[in-house]
Amino acid sequence: MTALTDLSLLEAVDTLRRGEASSVELTRACLERMQALEPKVNAFLEQTPDLALQQAQAADQKLKAWREQGGDAPPLLLGIPIAVKDVLCTKDIPTTCGSKILEGFRPPYTATSVQRLLDDGVVVLGKTNTDEFAMGSSTENSAFGPTHNPWDLERVPGGSSGGSAAAVAARMCYAALGSDTGGSIRQPASFCGVTGLKTSYGRVSRYGLIAYGSSLDTVGGLARSAADFLPVFTAIAGYDPLDSTCMPVEVPEISLADANLKGLRIGVPNEYFIEGIQPEVEEKVRAAVDVFKELGVAVREISLPHTDLALPVYYLIAPAEASANLARYDAVRFGPRIESDELLEQYLATRGALFGAEVKRRIMLGTYALSAGYYDAYYGQAQKVRTLIKGDFDAAFQSVDMIACPVAPTTAFRIGEHGDDPLSMYLEDIFTLPANLAGVPGIAFNVGFDSEGLPVGMQLKAPHLSEPVLFQAAHAYQQATSWHEEKPSL
Amino acid sequence: MVITIEEVRHIATLARLRLTPAEEKRFSEQLSAILDYAARLNEVDTADIPPTATVLPLQAPLRVDTVRPGPPRDVILQNAPSQEEGMFRVPPVFDEE
Repeated sequence: MTALTDLSLLEAVDTLRRGEASSVELTRACLERMQALEPKVNAFLEQTPDLALQQAQAADQKLKAWREQGGDAPPLLLGIPIAVKDVLCTKDIPTTCGSKILEGFRPPYTATSVQRLLDDGVVVLGKTNTDEFAMGSSTENSAFGPTHNPWDLERVPGGSSGGSAAAVAARMCYAALGSDTGGSIRQPASFCGVTGLKTSYGRVSRYGLIAYGSSLDTVGGLARSAADFLPVFTAIAGYDPLDSTCMPVEVPEISLADANLKGLRIGVPNEYFIEGIQPEVEEKVRAAVDVFKELGVAVREISLPHTDLALPVYYLIAPAEASANLARYDAVRFGPRIESDELLEQYLATRGALFGAEVKRRIMLGTYALSAGYYDAYYGQAQKVRTLIKGDFDAAFQSVDMIACPVAPTTAFRIGEHGDDPLSMYLEDIFTLPANLAGVPGIAFNVGFDSEGLPVGMQLKAPHLSEPVLFQAAHAYQQATSWHEEKPSL
Repeated sequence: MVITIEEVRHIATLARLRLTPAEEKRFSEQLSAILDYAARLNEVDTADIPPTATVLPLQAPLRVDTVRPGPPRDVILQNAPSQEEGMFRVPPVFDEE
């Protein structure tokens, strides 16, 4: 018999509905796996087993009533154990963003994306590890220790949603929420061999998402396959009056049953196959493109000429926005305080001591880029070049439906490999940043393994609000292949 | 592009960050390297290009302007590092004289 934690999310849904296992049993299986593996993986910052079992019991009562009395089918996610990245506020559950400056913070409210899942009856197992304030590509910037990649514990899981990706890959949960400002869902999905969706800017409410780069931040998540993540996306997407950047547009009903890719066009941009890319990454991604050809997709080469400017644009705009967003950590309303009898001294001491190195670096960079005399040259110029990068996508999507490219130039690197060299770490993001600058959705999924047994990820990007085609394409690929079913031996 | 130690100190004060001498030195080097890398943006002709502040195709939608209850005061204060008489307690902002 298959272990309960080895079921896919959709298989778990069927198991619950048929009454072959209860939500309490699924939840206990996940909690046991967490207990066994967390000392090695460190995917969670906070585990909530008591709450999870209460939620599971409540779900079981609803499922039992439905099985006995019939009526409308309950929400698909009722009773399914998931994890939540610790950048999303959860009422009364510690929420730290991986930072000492929020140690002990218990939010007075719950993020809309989490609330919608709770309304559907999910079971929350805990809050997952992240680079501090989602700033990083490896989860090494967490103030509470790095997460380890389930495929090789010496390596990073990617970041910043590395805890969520590792928890899904290690089969501690069936899906997890994440956030993506410059690649923070897609790159860890790639490094951990799972499926991760960055949603369109404005598709999912950010109410309760702790802000990093407000013109770039998106909420999305990860699961073992596109089909598994679809019910999560459907639950969290859609207008929210509490977020003025959340678009009042219908959430499409996405059917995967008859996903037919015939007639679709995929563009492969030259600029994403650069010198320095790990040869096996290019090889596996090109092989995956061939699978799409066999599925009836027309493939053509395209050009996104401003791609190499995305990195400097991002690393001016995101830190500038971060420097403003992180001004709120002033040790007045929440968070620990380093006491002083002088207010300025209290700000300087608290923020200097409790922010980590990468957060301080980005606050400094952003403050500089916004400061008098430099605004036009840095922030202003970056915003103009951003227009050109977005224009590349607009032009490309005139002739193709999707863009296919690698997620990252390499597979998972070793913990500590980038040392204290921020620029070399930033280069890990070159293939993911452009989607955030353009606001378009992207899905990352496993398309094979390198010679060291590490997952290689492919990324598909589509026009703004075109999540349906991403789900259909990734699902069709996963129907035709079995990479997403591979499981790390832990 | 060189960001001097003096500039680092000035930015750190604007950003309300106390840095150690070692951090000042490291940030001087690292910010210089990052801004050097970013200098390639200045080679792009953007004379006729408008800036992008948001990718949203619509104006931000406004919610209905109705009163809804916020969390009670004790809930908002529960995370305060220091409080007194239902208020956040901070050191004096103004001199007394």
